Amino acid sequence: MTVTAVRTDPQRLTLTIEAEFAASVERVWQLWADPRQLERWWGPPTYPATVTKHDLWPGSRIEYHMTGPTGDQPHGYWDVLAVEPPHRLLLRGGCASDDGTPDTDMPISTLRVGIAEVAPGRTRMTIETLFPNTAALEHALAMGTDQGQSQAVSQIDAILAEETIQR
Amino acid sequence: MLIQLYGCISMGVSVPIAPPDVDRVFAALADHTRRDIVRRAISAEEGVLELAGHYPMSFAAVQKHIAVLERAGLITKQRVGRRKVVRTNLETLILARRLLDQYEELWRARIDRMNQVLAETAGAGDTVET
Repeated sequence: MTVTAVRTDPQRLTLTIEAEFAASVERVWQLWADPRQLERWWGPPTYPATVTKHDLWPGSRIEYHMTGPTGDQPHGYWDVLAVEPPHRLLLRGGCASDDGTPDTDMPISTLRVGIAEVAPGRTRMTIETLFPNTAALEHALAMGTDQGQSQAVSQIDAILAEETIQR
Repeated sequence: MLIQLYGCISMGVSVPIAPPDVDRVFAALADHTRRDIVRRAISAEEGVLELAGHYPMSFAAVQKHIAVLERAGLITKQRVGRRKVVRTNLETLILARRLLDQYEELWRARIDRMNQVLAETAGAGDTVET
């Protein structure tokens, strides 16, 4: 597994994932900087992404859509807030209408990406997801609780601990 | 209500009940003493007075912590015979946990795909684990 750590911070509403790749910093940076590479990993296989606008400059906007199995095409965007190639990227974005206009009713989330060399040819990427606003969290949490109580209890330590899971 | 995980794909599930105030839930869980109270109250055996005995702080301070947890929907006070015990609301905890798990899964899948992209774009002299 390349994922080396997962941290949740309930107070700041963040989830941080760390992964290590056997590749140079520059090549890991290209996963974000090259739109053709970005669209290959962003969406799940059932919803491949197409990046239609992509400039990594502060103030610029990345636009993309995804194509679903029934031909539906949800659109999204990321505003580039900060960029320091090949080490740092700060994005804030959400969903958009078909013509790319940001949908202000939909949640906005923030991504902070850090890329650093840990050894020659070995690169660590840290992705911090700042959970969207409360409304978005409520959407995401709006799932039924269909699990049994015994399973529930076994999950509880995980949320109660300020965890760093090493895997 | 809709869940927006993968960018803007709606993975919709309808909700029969109002979800808890999530900011409050996470804020309540951000404190060590409150997490400990939630852990102890899973067994629903102790009242406020007994719970307060576990912590080196005033009864009033523990009462305040319990009030925060109660407002967040993480615990409820329940009458058992003549006593009132504090009980953890497992559903609220599970909802919070699930959200975190979903984001984690989303990014794990993306990182797997990143690895594939790196493997396929490997240049001379590069080796990539898959």
